[in-house]
Amino acid sequence: MIPIDVSTAGGGGSAHPVAVPSLRRGTKTRWNVGDFVFKHLTMLFAFGVLSLVFLMGYEMYAGSALTISKFGWNFLATSTWDPVRDEFGALPLIFGTLLSSFLALLIALPLSLGVAIFLSELAPRWLERPFSFLVELLAAIPSIVYGLWGIFVLVPWLRQSIQPWLASHFSSLPFFKGPAYGFGMLAAALILAVMVLPIIASISRDVLQAIPNIQREAALGLGATRWESTKIILSTAKSGILGATLLGLGRAVGETMAVTMVIGNRSEISASLFSPAYSMASVIANEFAEATSKMYTSALIEVAFVLFVLTIVLNALARLIVWSVTRRFKTT
Amino acid sequence: MTTNEKLYLFWRKTKNNAMLLFSLACLLIAVTPLVLIFSYTLIQGFSALNIDFFIQMPKPVGETGGGMANALVGTGILIGLGALFGLPVGIMAGIYLAEYGDNPLAATVRFLADVLSGIPSIVVGVVAYIIVVLPMKHFSALAGGVALAILMIPTVTRTTEEMIRLVPQSYREAGLAIGIPRWKTTLRIILPTALKGITTGILLAIARAAGETAPLLFTALGNRFWSTAIDQPIGSLTVFIYDYSKAPFEDWIRQAWGAAFMLITLIFLLSVIFRIVTRSRYEEH
Repeated sequence: MIPIDVSTAGGGGSAHPVAVPSLRRGTKTRWNVGDFVFKHLTMLFAFGVLSLVFLMGYEMYAGSALTISKFGWNFLATSTWDPVRDEFGALPLIFGTLLSSFLALLIALPLSLGVAIFLSELAPRWLERPFSFLVELLAAIPSIVYGLWGIFVLVPWLRQSIQPWLASHFSSLPFFKGPAYGFGMLAAALILAVMVLPIIASISRDVLQAIPNIQREAALGLGATRWESTKIILSTAKSGILGATLLGLGRAVGETMAVTMVIGNRSEISASLFSPAYSMASVIANEFAEATSKMYTSALIEVAFVLFVLTIVLNALARLIVWSVTRRFKTT
Repeated sequence: MTTNEKLYLFWRKTKNNAMLLFSLACLLIAVTPLVLIFSYTLIQGFSALNIDFFIQMPKPVGETGGGMANALVGTGILIGLGALFGLPVGIMAGIYLAEYGDNPLAATVRFLADVLSGIPSIVVGVVAYIIVVLPMKHFSALAGGVALAILMIPTVTRTTEEMIRLVPQSYREAGLAIGIPRWKTTLRIILPTALKGITTGILLAIARAAGETAPLLFTALGNRFWSTAIDQPIGSLTVFIYDYSKAPFEDWIRQAWGAAFMLITLIFLLSVIFRIVTRSRYEEH
């Protein structure tokens, strides 16, 4: 009910009461217990989501206290991963994760850009819809299925066809030395490229579609070809595409099952793409359930924490960039 | 036009057509793995799908046959637990973001929900280990459920928010105009209108959770025997695929493909449904 103060207001001396909204309660028109409870209940849950991220970070930091106090920053700089002697150095893991992710980006980025350009600029509407959907479907395939396909299709193909060919033609380069197991950095990079491609392609397509048509019309009106107008649009969308790439990198860094199944799981740094490697996510997946000592578990939790921080930084950066680009072009 | 100009124009047109072909080629290359994976899984997995597969328990090592009934039930229980913990949080947070979401707190929540969706599932598994397995002192379905809940929350929150935002403002104004309190308008008018979209969003989140392997490896662990207890390790479809894929037995590998086929068919179907529902809703307004 509107709080009404029946008081003698108005000019001094008027005899009849005047209904005036109570000034004590401010100018709110409706005051309802249900509204208050509902709003704050939902706010509580929203706050819960927010605090979840901080809770996760805190728990992992606390859980890795043992190795943080024992190794400090050396954990990230040394190479021995020896659970028997409780010596843990995560450098090969970081190397494996970063190298496989960067290689994947190297392969996936040109392809994704091509896909995004085709879908947003060059394809007719009836072609764009189903193919956009197909590309997004690629992102929906679970990692374990990628890994299964990797073990039984990709790795034998690499071992029998690709790696021998690379070894015979480029044997002078340090990247293609060593026996052709099939499993190894190359397989991991290829599978990650396939997994990362749909993310970069979909977000880049969204960014390109967000740019108003005026720019394309202006370029075409001046006599540019489709491709030349696309080049102009691309330069406008540069930061959005950068954001999409960072998101893809974030996914590649955190990808577990597919990588674990094809990377070979050997904690060593090597220049050759043929040699087995190890990634941060893989070491956790392989060894966490069997970690015997508290120091071992703490080391694995610290690896998880590094991964956590890395993906948060990448994702936060990426989201900020993508948001700012698509917001810039929202006119209404 | 001079011949030089004609030549330059020809060069520009050629570049244009070349780029058209290149981007088309990129698209075909990108779609190829999808076709390859799906068809290979279909071919390999279809033969493994018979009635035994769904009803029987895994046979001892070395014997052929058997199924993964316990893994199917396990996945169901884990998803159920994840939904139990994750859906209320996600939906309520989504309602807050949509209805009361014009302030800095809401913006931060939105941002962090997006960040949360990018955290690798294995890291979520480690957190679930720390907060559930360590205090309980053994692996359990509960821990797996908690991990899946954390994974579901960002998707459900964002989808709920978007679906509620799609409801026209006139509905809210109509409710308020006839005297219904704000909270009742949201619950009794807005929410039912957005329900179809929210449900499909939930289905999508469940589909994604069903495909997760990494967080379950050291929370729910896995169980070759029949178990439905929440405080004991439990098997799941995905961990089943992982274990069987490493095996030297052809029969096990065949079963792994069968399970993989089931998994991607389920996820594809749910993705298609989600796409159809959200597309039509988007075009309505």
